[in-house]
Amino acid sequence: MSRDFEWAEFVFLLGAMRWTIALSLIAFVGGGVGGLLIALARTSRNALLRGVAAAFIGVMQGTPVLMQLFLAYYGLAVLTGVRLDPWPAVTLAFTLYAAAYLGEIWRGAIDAIPRQQWEAAAALPLSPAAQLRHVILPQAFRIAIPPTVGFLVQLIKGTSVASIIGFVELTRAGQLMVNVTFQPMIVYPLVAVLYFVMCWPMSLLALRLERKIDAALGIRRHS
Amino acid sequence: MTLRLSVGAFVAGLAVASLLAFARTAGPRPLRAAVIAYVEFIRNTPFLVQLFIIYFSLPAIGIRFDAVIAALIGMTINFSGYATEILRAGIEAVPRSQIEAGHSLGFTRLQMYRHIVVFPALRTVYPALVSQFILLMLGSSIVSAISVEELTGIINTLQSTTFRAFEFYFVATAVYLAMALVTRWMLHAFYMMLFVRGRPLDKAWAR
Amino acid sequence: MPLLALDGIRKRFGPHLVLDDVSLTVEPGEVVAVIGRSGSGKTTLLRCINGLEAIDAGSIVFAGKPLPRAGAALREVRREIGIVFQSYNLFPHHSVERNITLGPTVTNRVPAAEAVAIATEVLRQVDLEDKRNAYPAQLSGGQQQRVAIARALAMRPRLMLFDEITSALDPELVGEVVKVLERLASSGMTMILVTHEMGFARRTADTLVFMHQGKVWEKGPPRELFAAPKTRELESFIRAILEPND
Repeated sequence: MSRDFEWAEFVFLLGAMRWTIALSLIAFVGGGVGGLLIALARTSRNALLRGVAAAFIGVMQGTPVLMQLFLAYYGLAVLTGVRLDPWPAVTLAFTLYAAAYLGEIWRGAIDAIPRQQWEAAAALPLSPAAQLRHVILPQAFRIAIPPTVGFLVQLIKGTSVASIIGFVELTRAGQLMVNVTFQPMIVYPLVAVLYFVMCWPMSLLALRLERKIDAALGIRRHS
Repeated sequence: MTLRLSVGAFVAGLAVASLLAFARTAGPRPLRAAVIAYVEFIRNTPFLVQLFIIYFSLPAIGIRFDAVIAALIGMTINFSGYATEILRAGIEAVPRSQIEAGHSLGFTRLQMYRHIVVFPALRTVYPALVSQFILLMLGSSIVSAISVEELTGIINTLQSTTFRAFEFYFVATAVYLAMALVTRWMLHAFYMMLFVRGRPLDKAWAR
Repeated sequence: MPLLALDGIRKRFGPHLVLDDVSLTVEPGEVVAVIGRSGSGKTTLLRCINGLEAIDAGSIVFAGKPLPRAGAALREVRREIGIVFQSYNLFPHHSVERNITLGPTVTNRVPAAEAVAIATEVLRQVDLEDKRNAYPAQLSGGQQQRVAIARALAMRPRLMLFDEITSALDPELVGEVVKVLERLASSGMTMILVTHEMGFARRTADTLVFMHQGKVWEKGPPRELFAAPKTRELESFIRAILEPND
């Protein structure tokens, strides 16, 4: 008993797309806050903070997302007895993932600000907090926007992995549709197209922003 | 298995990417457009979905692959998408003055690439390629979803029979991390031996 | 009482002794020009005075109190010491006016309206009132440097430090900056300048300090030192500056 792939099935996919977007946005915002803290820790004068932040980034970037997801969903339950539902587990895992990557991107942006800006601000004098708020972060923010947008694309693609633990986002919806319609030739490429539709505009935006920033900084790049 | 897949995909992917990068910078217009479309599609769709298309969708039109082969093909194609961009950036980073010097020496296009472009381009993109390789290795865990017996798949099977999920996952994570670190270190040493001739350390490594 | 008293300053960078037993006093209103070859330690000396570099030995006493090493105490002292850098270091994302009012509003807690009035005043001192809403990228090097001077003056310092502020400028832009310096000097500001502008040093400085290999090699009124250098090093330095192609 199989159904044909028709409008209703397509609408199901679209519905699941909502969850992909929701998960990506939550992780992006949560990870954004975390990432800012991590970036500040990573560039602070306190060696302990720097080390901890670096270790966190290193671990998150040195291990597969899937593993991080398994740890959050299956592993955490066994360790602490707290069984997370798919939704919180997935949100937690991707938020931490985003925090690490965004933290690293923003650390790079902060590092890109020349030492002399720090000195001029400190000599004015401005307190370290004021230096960050008025001089360093506004400039770092501008530099950080293109790679941050680029990471959003990475995040959206990354959420597809949540399908493996059964969380119903777009990829899982695709699997379900294939199980029902037995038409993988239509469903999976369609799922790919839907991701493409979500991601490609972002990629283009990131590229355009990067060119604008390079022009403003007077760097010539090949197109 | 993880390593074998990763290395295999890396080599194959790099070969494909080299051709594509060359086509992208030096080929006729339609070819260039095709390469761009290929690269953009790969970079804007998830690896898992690409795998599903290769392993599940293609059989519907008669092309059937064994899981491991499908994984290898998937990883190769995925890697080639990113590698093409990386190589292209490296090729375009070769200073114009070098190319002009080649012209004035009467090099053909092929000679140009061999003598002037390839080596500096490789040196420039080496760090980016290493990072991409690490990502490839970590991404290999996803092929467990089509039941390939690599690290993640094995761990999954083990933990479900012993109910000691956290320890197993923790160990697996540590193994991946160790692989990533060791690989990075080894390739860094390789870089030093091959490319550095008394030059100061490249900024990309000063992490 | 001298405004600034340096005694026995010693500083190393790794194995290299950059400042070797440097002593100097600066009276209020005095204009000191520090000259010397690159590597003689003159920029490092300047940066030690406002704490951008830490000294290994010796003492720095400003307005009767020793210079704090770091923290809020150092910030307090920095309010009275202005510095202008060779590469201007303006904040590129702020307008000229905001560059100038940032210090007063954030650190001195001056209300916005008053800060704007201060900005008007210092911009007039550097001949740039009409540029208050421009951004640094729109200005020439000489204009940017004058804005940097205005930014430092807005904090009402008692001492101004200048680190080769004309060295990065195209020759035709140097004059406008030197004019501002001379005006500042005649208004009674205490100034220490690391400079290559020998004309300015000869005309306007009260004291010339010639540094060589991290030491104060010669010190005295510029006219005397230029006319009759006591050491071989100063003599050859002067000759190299005045007749560079010999």
